[in-house]
Amino acid sequence: MNRQARTLRRKEPLTDTQLLLTITICIFFAMYIAAMAIWGGGFLRPQQLFDMLNNNASLIICACALTIVMIGGGIDISVGGLTALVVMSCVVFLDDFGGNIFTAVLLSMGIGLAFGCVHGLLISYLEIQPFIVTLAGMFFARGMTTIVSIDPRTAEHAGFLLLKKTRLEIPWLGYIVKKTGKLIPAKIEIGVIVALVIVLIVFFMLKKTRFGRNLYAIGGNSQSALMLGVNVKRTRFLSYLISGLLSGIAGFVYLMHTGAANATVAAGAEMNAIASSIIGGTLLTGGVGNVIGTLFGVLTLTTIKSIVVTSGLRDPWWQTITTGAMLCFFILLQSVVLSNRGKFKLSDLFRKKKTDVILEKN
Amino acid sequence: MKSNKFKRWFSENTQLLIPVIAILALVIFNLIRDPGFFSITLTVNNDGNQVLTGNLISILNGASELAILAMGMTLVTAAAGGQDISVGAAAAIAGSVFVKILKGAASITPWTLIFAFLACCAVAMIFGAFNGTLVSVFNIQPMIATLILYTCGRSIAYWINGGATPTVTSPLLKALGGYIPGVPVPTPIFIVIIVAILFALVFRFTTLSTYIQAVGINQKAARLNGINPIGMKLLSFVILAVCVAIAGCISVGRLGLINHETLLLDIEMDAILAVAIGGNALGGGKFKLSGSILGAYTIQALTITLYAMKVPSVSVKAYKAIVIIVLVVIGSPVVKSAASRLWAKIKGHGSLQKEVAKV
Repeated sequence: MNRQARTLRRKEPLTDTQLLLTITICIFFAMYIAAMAIWGGGFLRPQQLFDMLNNNASLIICACALTIVMIGGGIDISVGGLTALVVMSCVVFLDDFGGNIFTAVLLSMGIGLAFGCVHGLLISYLEIQPFIVTLAGMFFARGMTTIVSIDPRTAEHAGFLLLKKTRLEIPWLGYIVKKTGKLIPAKIEIGVIVALVIVLIVFFMLKKTRFGRNLYAIGGNSQSALMLGVNVKRTRFLSYLISGLLSGIAGFVYLMHTGAANATVAAGAEMNAIASSIIGGTLLTGGVGNVIGTLFGVLTLTTIKSIVVTSGLRDPWWQTITTGAMLCFFILLQSVVLSNRGKFKLSDLFRKKKTDVILEKN
Repeated sequence: MKSNKFKRWFSENTQLLIPVIAILALVIFNLIRDPGFFSITLTVNNDGNQVLTGNLISILNGASELAILAMGMTLVTAAAGGQDISVGAAAAIAGSVFVKILKGAASITPWTLIFAFLACCAVAMIFGAFNGTLVSVFNIQPMIATLILYTCGRSIAYWINGGATPTVTSPLLKALGGYIPGVPVPTPIFIVIIVAILFALVFRFTTLSTYIQAVGINQKAARLNGINPIGMKLLSFVILAVCVAIAGCISVGRLGLINHETLLLDIEMDAILAVAIGGNALGGGKFKLSGSILGAYTIQALTITLYAMKVPSVSVKAYKAIVIIVLVVIGSPVVKSAASRLWAKIKGHGSLQKEVAKV
């Protein structure tokens, strides 16, 4: 790239997506560093960060699914119910029907794809409101979970338990217990690796593939996308299909973390996932969003919760109340930033106002 | 002339077709399954009152909160083009305030009850105004704006209760959620009727309904016509908040206690469904309150039917989902236009054959 091209490129203003992403990442790091400085202790250990990822691997995948659907201008609130159904089905399949891990993964992906396929068909080809369709999907999945097994179950399949226990250990990120002088390495679950790989795949899919570009186009303005020759219906159908598939995988990852299934698995996961996507800079109106931001959205939400616990507000209601306040802050920030785009430039702060210059001349 | 009038009435009310058909289908299905399904009997309850019992009464009684919330939700949907998903959480807050004041009072008289109701209305209206401000002033999608209260509302209710689930025992509260002594019909049914009449009167004597529809159809055009869209949206959220407070108080009256976790759980989803089944566009604009009320009773009738068929209460959702999907598929624009095309084809074919026969 020659210099001229580079300067031209630099002059391009930030897109809405990039602006919101930058804000989220800055706030996350500011918060985390502040927590390190104020409370130290656990926050100084890398394990704290890895624990956040370990506990939220399935939420990250669900949030990715929602980001894809929300960029296309839709909504999918069935992710939590679908996760519960997959968890329950896999446990029953592994324990009672003698399935192995490979077929269990296939089963979870199959359930996800089946739901995604029905959602996509109803929403894009029959033009029914996405909220109602995925609400019915959530009801169906939650109901089916109890039909598969009404009692809470725990996975006892030997191979699966081995997989569940497997951890990736990184010694040089570990910490030494002062009393015994023993080194405890940092531990990462397999689910986290799956989640991060999915984040990367989705990132490249949104950035580099035709499907990704089409998705941004139909989310921004489906009418003009149609005029430009984008197959709106197929793109929308694919977005719900992928969302279903990711929810299925999220279910298996959830099972790998807990190993137990009951009717209340992943309760409220859909709203947590939506909140994470919003904090990550995805707009529900569509056309704006980034999956890296979603990852940081999940981390921001979790960081807030652990800060609340560390700072001594131990009553059970404070966690959710602060989460709500934080959500409110982010939503208002986005609204204010986006509605003032173009009216106000950062460079204006450093440049003298035209009127001032004229006054000085006189 | 008469048929013309009927035709006009029919074309104005076509959106009620789907809930009416759904209710009729449920009624016929139940009558075939069990001819005595809708029988009503007079029994004596624990308090020694003569009360009516039966599936019909439990449908009408059980859907009370849902019907009231669906009415408010219809206004918000029409004005803001989105739904309020925080109604369940807000009802928990309202119920907590209601119980807190009743607990604080020395003795529960009708005046304390009214004062407690007004106080919880005020609190609910503050939260409604918060949602409404986010939606109208900051132009945030209603679902996202109300997600905040949905996330933390039940925790706020828990905080108000001080981490407990207090109970209140009072004959007056029992009368609110159960039966007034001497009246065999449950009180919540009367409350729904009163709320519906109030709405009908307001729509009849004010321009509220027209203004809300104008804002929902085209905000800019409404503004140019001198309607304040921000005010209308805010007003619709505040009206919903009053409905939420009423529903919360009924629900507290039913149980005699406030449990922030389970009070009106998942009611927001059912309320939105009631609006959708009633044929109202979820994208805003025109609305019919009667459709939403019918939708609410359809949902409750379905639930009671499933209970009567010995479906466990946790699995009811799965069957509900199937019925919902069938209803919305029938009501979807694509299926509707395909059906009307098919109908025209059949009709056209028939007339063609007649013409051929004439020749």
